[in-house]
Amino acid sequence: MRRRVLPGFGLSLGVTLLYLGLIVLLPIAALLIKTASLSPAEFWATVSSSRAVATYKVTLSSAAWATLFNGVWGFLMAWVLVRYEFPGKRLVDALIDLPFALPTAVAGIALTGLFVRKGLYGSLLLPMGIKVAYAPAGIAVAMAFTSIPFVVRTLQPVLQDLEPELEEAARTLGARDGQIFRRVIFPVLMPAFLSGCALAFARSLGEFGAVVFIAGNLPNKTEITALLTYIRLQEYDYGGAAAIATVILASSFLLLLAVNALEAWSTRHAEPR
Amino acid sequence: MSISVRNITKNFGDFTALKGVSLDIPDGDLAALLGPSGSGKTTLLRLIAGLEFPDDGEVHFDGQDTTALDVRDRRVGFVFQHYALFRHMSVYENVAFGLRVLPRKERPAEAEIRKRVMRLLELVQLDWLADRFPSQLSGGQRQRIALARALAIEPRVLLLDEPFGALDAQVRKDLRRWLRQLHDEIHVTSVFVTHDQEEALEVADRVVVMDHGHIVQVGSPIEVHDHPATPFVCEFLGSAVRFDGVVEGGQLRIGNWHRASTHAAGAVRAYVRPHEMAVLPGIVPEAAASFAIRHIVARGGLARLELSAEGGAIVEAEMPRHKLEAAGLAVGSPVSLCPDVVHVFPA
Repeated sequence: MRRRVLPGFGLSLGVTLLYLGLIVLLPIAALLIKTASLSPAEFWATVSSSRAVATYKVTLSSAAWATLFNGVWGFLMAWVLVRYEFPGKRLVDALIDLPFALPTAVAGIALTGLFVRKGLYGSLLLPMGIKVAYAPAGIAVAMAFTSIPFVVRTLQPVLQDLEPELEEAARTLGARDGQIFRRVIFPVLMPAFLSGCALAFARSLGEFGAVVFIAGNLPNKTEITALLTYIRLQEYDYGGAAAIATVILASSFLLLLAVNALEAWSTRHAEPR
Repeated sequence: MSISVRNITKNFGDFTALKGVSLDIPDGDLAALLGPSGSGKTTLLRLIAGLEFPDDGEVHFDGQDTTALDVRDRRVGFVFQHYALFRHMSVYENVAFGLRVLPRKERPAEAEIRKRVMRLLELVQLDWLADRFPSQLSGGQRQRIALARALAIEPRVLLLDEPFGALDAQVRKDLRRWLRQLHDEIHVTSVFVTHDQEEALEVADRVVVMDHGHIVQVGSPIEVHDHPATPFVCEFLGSAVRFDGVVEGGQLRIGNWHRASTHAAGAVRAYVRPHEMAVLPGIVPEAAASFAIRHIVARGGLARLELSAEGGAIVEAEMPRHKLEAAGLAVGSPVSLCPDVVHVFPA
C-alpha cells in the first residue's frame, strides 16, 4: 500500500461514512420504507390528488419566480460587492448572510408584518391591487428572502478570481462593454451562477418556516407541498405524508442531477484534473 | 506605424511610475523595453496601448495624437504575460473574437472570418489546434494563440507584455527566435517588455533601457551592450567586474595596470565584462588585480570562474577550458586579471 504523508485517512473516512449513513441515508431509507407500506394504487391516489397537485404547482411556480428574482438581484449584489469599493461594504457583505442565520419563522413573521393590509408595503401595494400576503406572491417573496445568499455566495469567489486581463484583452480587441459582459465575463461565471440558482431553487422548494406564515395556507390556492406533508402527519396519515415526501425527495434528486449535468457541460473546457 | 511618446508622466497614488518619458519608435521596428521590475516599462507599454492614461504628456501614432483615444479604437494588438485567453472558447473562437465584435457593418462574413482565422493559425503554425480549448495547450502554444488573436484585428502596433515570462527556458528560446522571424515576415511595429537582457539583445532592433521611471539609454543591441551610457546600463546588461581606477596624465590606471585614455582626469569606475579580460595564472605584478579561484563552472568550452580577493566580494571571469587545464588552474589557485575592454564612468 502507498504510504501517505497525512495520517488519519482510514479513521476520518470511516467517521464520514458513518455520519452520512446515520444522518442522511437512514432517514431517507426509512421514508422509502414507509412509502412502500402503501400499495401502488394508494400511492398514486395520494400523490396525484387534486390538492397535492395544486401544492406542486404553487410550490414550483413560486420557487421559479423566487429564483428568477434572486438570479437577477443576487448577480447584481455579487457584482457590486466584488467590483466596487464603497463605505459600509463589509456591513452589506455581512448582511447577505442574515437569511442563513435568521430562524426562517422570524423571517416569515417579519415579511407578513410588512405585507399585510396595514403593513408598510401592504398599505401601498394593496390599493394598487397587488396582494402579496396570503397570496402566491407572498410565498415567492418568502422563498426569495431565504435563498438569496446561495446566489451571492457562489458567485462572489468566481467573480473575484476573474482576471482583469481577460477584460483588457477583450477591450484591446475592440469589444464594447456589453459584448465583454456577454461574451467574456458571463460565460466564465455561468457554471457558478447556474449552481447558485439551482441551490436557491432547491432551497425554495423545501422552504417551510418562512412560507407558512405569509402564505395563508388555503388548500388548492396557497398551500405548499411541505405543508401538505405536515398536515398529513398531523392527521396520523403517515403513509400519505411519506408518499408526498417521496415526491419532494425525487424532485430534489432530479434537480441535483440536472445541476451536475449543467455544470459538467459548462465546464467542459476546464483544466483536466 | 511609428510610435511617439512625448514627455509622459504617470503616477499611481504617491508612486511615480514614469517621469517625463519621451521615446520614438520608427515604423516597422521591433523594440524592447528593458529594465528591472518597478522601472516603469510595463506602465509605458500599457500607456501606449491605452490601457492606462498619462497624467501628463502625449502618445502619437504616425504623428496623430491618440492620447485620448479609447483602447478599443486604437487598434493595438496586446499580448499578456499570462496569455489572457478566453478559456470557455475554442482556439478558433479566441482568434475570431476581434472580428466577431466588430460593428455589424464592418463585420466580415462567416466564410471570410474562417479564412482569416485559419490564415492566422497557419502563421503561428497551430492550425491543427483550432478546435481545442486553451486548457489543452502548452504554455508556448497558448502564447502563440494569444499572438494570433492580437493580430486578427490587423493592429497598427503590436505590444507584448513579458510575452515569454511564464515559459520554460527552452520554449522561451524557441519562441524568441520565432517572434523575430514572424516580425521579419509581417513587419508590424512591435514593442515588447522584458526584464531579461539576453532576450532584449537577441530579439530587438532597438533596446530601450529603463530605470526608476526614466529611459536611461536607447540604441541598437550592439550599441547598448558595447557602449553603455551609465553604470546602471553596464551592470544591467550582463555581468561585469567593477574596478576603482583613476585617470591621470592621459593614462587610465587600475591597480598596476594602465593604458592610454581620453577620459577626463579623476577617479573613475571601470567595468570589465567577464569575456573581455585576460585571466593570467599566478600573481602578475602589472595586472589590474589578483584573486584566488573560489569556484569553477564548466559550460561547454568555457570555464566560468568565481574569484575573490581575501575577504572580498565574488567577481566573475571567463576563460577557455583548455587554457584553464593547460595552466593547471584549480580551486584555490591565484590568478590575475588584465582588462581588454574597459567601460569607464566618472566615479
